[in-house]
Amino acid sequence: MNFPQIVQYSLSGITVGSIYAITAIGFNIVYCTTGVINFAQGEFLVVGAMTAISLSRVVPLPVAIALAVLLTTALGGLIELVFIRRARDASVLRLIVITIGLSIVIREAMLHIWDETVRSLPYFTGTTVSTITILGAHISPQILWVLGVSAVIVTALTLFFRFTTVGRAMRACSDDRMAARLCGINDRWMVTLSFMLSAGIGALAGCVISPVTQTQYDMGAPLAIKGFTVAILGGLGNSMAAVVAGLFLGLLEAFTVSQFAAAYKEVVAIVVLLLILVFRPSGLFARRDVSALRTA
Amino acid sequence: MGKRLAVVLSILIVGLVLGAPQSGKREKSPKQKAKQAAATPIKVGAIFAVTGGASNLGAPEQKTAMMFVEKLNSAGGINGQKITLIVKDSGSKPENAISLTKQLIDEEKVLAIIGPSTSGETMAIKNICQEGKTILLSCAAAEDIVNPIASWVLKTPQKDSDAVRRIYQTMKDMGITKIGVVTSNDGFGVAGGAQLAKLAGEHGITIAISEVYDKQATDLTDVLTKIKGQDVKAVVNWSIVPAQSLVAKNMKQIGLDVPLFQSHGFGNIKYVQAGGEAANGTIFPCGRLLVAESLPGSNPQKKVLMSYKQDYEKRYKEDASTFGGHAYDALLILTEAIKKAGSADPAKVRDAIENLKGVVGTGGIFSFSPQDHNGLNQDAFEMLTVKNGKFAIYEKKK
Amino acid sequence: MMRLRMYYPVLVSALLIVALHLVLAAAHATYYMTQVTMSAYYALVVIGLCLLMGYAGQASLGHAGFFAIGGYTSAVLTTCNLSAFRDAPAIAALRSIGLVVQWQDLYGKEVLSFSPWLAFGAALLLAGLIALVIGLPVIRLKGHYLAMATLGFGLIVYRIVLGAQLFGRADGVSNVPAFRLVDGLQVNGRALFRVQNYYIAWVVVLAAMVLAINLVHSRVGRALRSIHQSEEAAHSLGVDTYRYKLATFVLSALFAAVGGVLLTHYNGSIGPSEATVMKSVRYVAIVAVGGMANLWGALVMGVLLNFLSLRGVFGTYDDAVFGAILILIMLFAPNGLLRVPNLRAVSSVGRASALAFQRVVRGRTTSTRRSHG
Repeated sequence: MNFPQIVQYSLSGITVGSIYAITAIGFNIVYCTTGVINFAQGEFLVVGAMTAISLSRVVPLPVAIALAVLLTTALGGLIELVFIRRARDASVLRLIVITIGLSIVIREAMLHIWDETVRSLPYFTGTTVSTITILGAHISPQILWVLGVSAVIVTALTLFFRFTTVGRAMRACSDDRMAARLCGINDRWMVTLSFMLSAGIGALAGCVISPVTQTQYDMGAPLAIKGFTVAILGGLGNSMAAVVAGLFLGLLEAFTVSQFAAAYKEVVAIVVLLLILVFRPSGLFARRDVSALRTA
Repeated sequence: MGKRLAVVLSILIVGLVLGAPQSGKREKSPKQKAKQAAATPIKVGAIFAVTGGASNLGAPEQKTAMMFVEKLNSAGGINGQKITLIVKDSGSKPENAISLTKQLIDEEKVLAIIGPSTSGETMAIKNICQEGKTILLSCAAAEDIVNPIASWVLKTPQKDSDAVRRIYQTMKDMGITKIGVVTSNDGFGVAGGAQLAKLAGEHGITIAISEVYDKQATDLTDVLTKIKGQDVKAVVNWSIVPAQSLVAKNMKQIGLDVPLFQSHGFGNIKYVQAGGEAANGTIFPCGRLLVAESLPGSNPQKKVLMSYKQDYEKRYKEDASTFGGHAYDALLILTEAIKKAGSADPAKVRDAIENLKGVVGTGGIFSFSPQDHNGLNQDAFEMLTVKNGKFAIYEKKK
Repeated sequence: MMRLRMYYPVLVSALLIVALHLVLAAAHATYYMTQVTMSAYYALVVIGLCLLMGYAGQASLGHAGFFAIGGYTSAVLTTCNLSAFRDAPAIAALRSIGLVVQWQDLYGKEVLSFSPWLAFGAALLLAGLIALVIGLPVIRLKGHYLAMATLGFGLIVYRIVLGAQLFGRADGVSNVPAFRLVDGLQVNGRALFRVQNYYIAWVVVLAAMVLAINLVHSRVGRALRSIHQSEEAAHSLGVDTYRYKLATFVLSALFAAVGGVLLTHYNGSIGPSEATVMKSVRYVAIVAVGGMANLWGALVMGVLLNFLSLRGVFGTYDDAVFGAILILIMLFAPNGLLRVPNLRAVSSVGRASALAFQRVVRGRTTSTRRSHG
């Protein structure tokens, strides 16, 4: 492989990796405050993109995206209020099963609202054939948008969690919910907020990747699977690690294609998931004690 | 506990019995049958993948089928008999297709079954229809459906091998010999990939690299980078999923500026729209439906194509695609055969189908025989291309 | 006395099954048996999953994978044409003991393949081995990690059957021959054998139920339930929790594999759609709605919901129905719709001591649980 090819594969890997990372961050936000892995996270990306596509026919693109993000955020909050809050005392397994059911219902709702045809947002800059050359490799300018928006989301979240009162309150809830309540934090609203936040960033991510990946009603589930693989790989709850893990998985997939039959690409993520769960379930960047996650 | 169980199971039994459509069906005498035949509608079943992975195929097929039957019935039906179309959604699952097929054959006692939409489902029900002596007019493309031939099983889509031949002939004219092939991992892609490999040698084409991608793939830049590394002079993509547009876009974006050939799975303007500028210049074999307007008036298919296209687009407010056309052809063939046989007796209708010649459909002009249960050859295809975001007939560069 | 009482439902079911046959025959509607038979085979998976989820308390989001392993193994072994190896001594030897058979397919072609009995045995062996290999590292995991791991397993199986030429790739394996059980009894889907297959399926299912009931009411079953209610307590009482969970996992895998083998022969084919995540989720939904620890509930719901789904009653909302069921049941009726008090079989002394231990243990675990949110 010559240098431009390496750059090409790397860019390819980083692109999908950043999408996985954003989805994983969405998982982490909800996991932190509730201990639940929200299987419906992948659907938020698709709902956001679909809504934006429909709106972009009547309003300019940036407005459409902003509205779509707001609407999806509201949807996230609604889901939490109606379904998750009621099942607060349920076991983790029950909540996971509820989120699985939610992801299915949302997907089928999208099928009946929007039908099965594939669609996409227009490229933010340029067209379907625009290309930029970087170090000998060629990519679409939309890739830079994806990377840029992902970076902005990660930075904004880091600042949010570190420096704002609300962000710190959410972190408090994730560390120790009872203690946070004792401090006067309304932990129930923190949970709702976490769903809304993860839905919002999911929608934004969905919009920015829509020109690249195209949007179809059943895209959510495969994305969610990759997303939580990355989340677990980095360590559940650790968003910075999710970014690194996402980029790692993306690069691993891209370079697997370069060396082996492309048919094995999809197997890579699953194998990584199984290996991590068997050998190091707390993730590569483990913070918590591993024994707390195992029995016997 | 036993009581609860008994109650639930009793409800189940009662529900089933109440649901049984026609209980106490008794055999009628021949005279009664004949009298009834004139009045009773002909039952035709249809199994489409309206939802699930193959919904790109099944949804237009279902719409087309319903439209066709309504039009036929409002024109008085066939010899005074109307058609009752019973459509079932298989969800792209073969096991559902099996159950629904048995329902249609054993309960509804349909004359024929239109569909299913995918090869996997068709292969699953092929033997059932054969044993159940029910005509099956499949809308799926696999060669296995008609090879080995089962006397009751036919298909309407054109042969993959013919599509490949047309592509290779065009390449030869363009002087291309070294190509890269990408296919999706669904039945359509796999079958196409096999034909591409099989027929390459005899047309002087070398496949330098062949890769399979997942049908739900969202980014193909890595696969295409690998193809680019092999210095190919053209790329052939064989799939029926939205990834077709991705191939076109990604190729241009990574700077792989060689001609792109698609399969007849590209036959929907939505894929061109999704591909935007990148779709311009694509070359692919297809039924003439997509360029119906540009056909000369003397073309035998023009009338059927224009009529189907206009009806479909007016009614459903979406562009017609060649997938829906397969269902149209299936119903057309069936109804022509019923007219020809003069009865709705399954064996007679089946024999009539096998003797149909020159039936003008959307996918081509069908001529069946007991050895040919597809009825189409290379001429069913027209080489098309995309110009300025619209389908156009491909003209050989002199 | 108690032993006989627990089999009453089996007798009642058997009677109801015969009654259903008579009713359908009288109504000239025996074609319903097709979907009932198919649903019965799917219910085998559900029974096994009920043991795993309800009694051993282990989630499994990949059980369709075991169904697929069973079905595909059987399909491949009974359709692979060994005619080229006809003269090899091993093949000739197997043929002489009836493990390799010659038959004619629908198109008149002579096929030499492994006998369905051999394929059945191989399928069970493979499913059991894989369950063991997967279970060994995975059963140690807790909560959502276990769920993810089983999901990952199901996905791997799906990818393998979807991608491998051996398994027919996207089109799956078709032309699977009938499974001759004994002279005169065979598992296949043809209309002539409809009633026969109806009874074969129910015999297998009821046998599985008897096995499951026995398990639940035995020492093993009590150990499982104690693990489910409080693993720490059970462990402290000396119950080898790990071994019991692993054994249940393997057993549930075997149930699923049997269902896979028999349904594949009944349908005459199998495809990758039997190994998808959605299928696994459906099985979980059925167990949930039947009542997690309710074997009969799982069976009834398994048959009922699959029956309706196969008949296309849910139309284009098929998946949505199962998704909605999951949500509603988990929110409003986590113990399922058909409740069964499962402590009846446990002796009163045992029950009192179990409850006492529960109270003690719960007190300690409650406080630790709260501090982690």
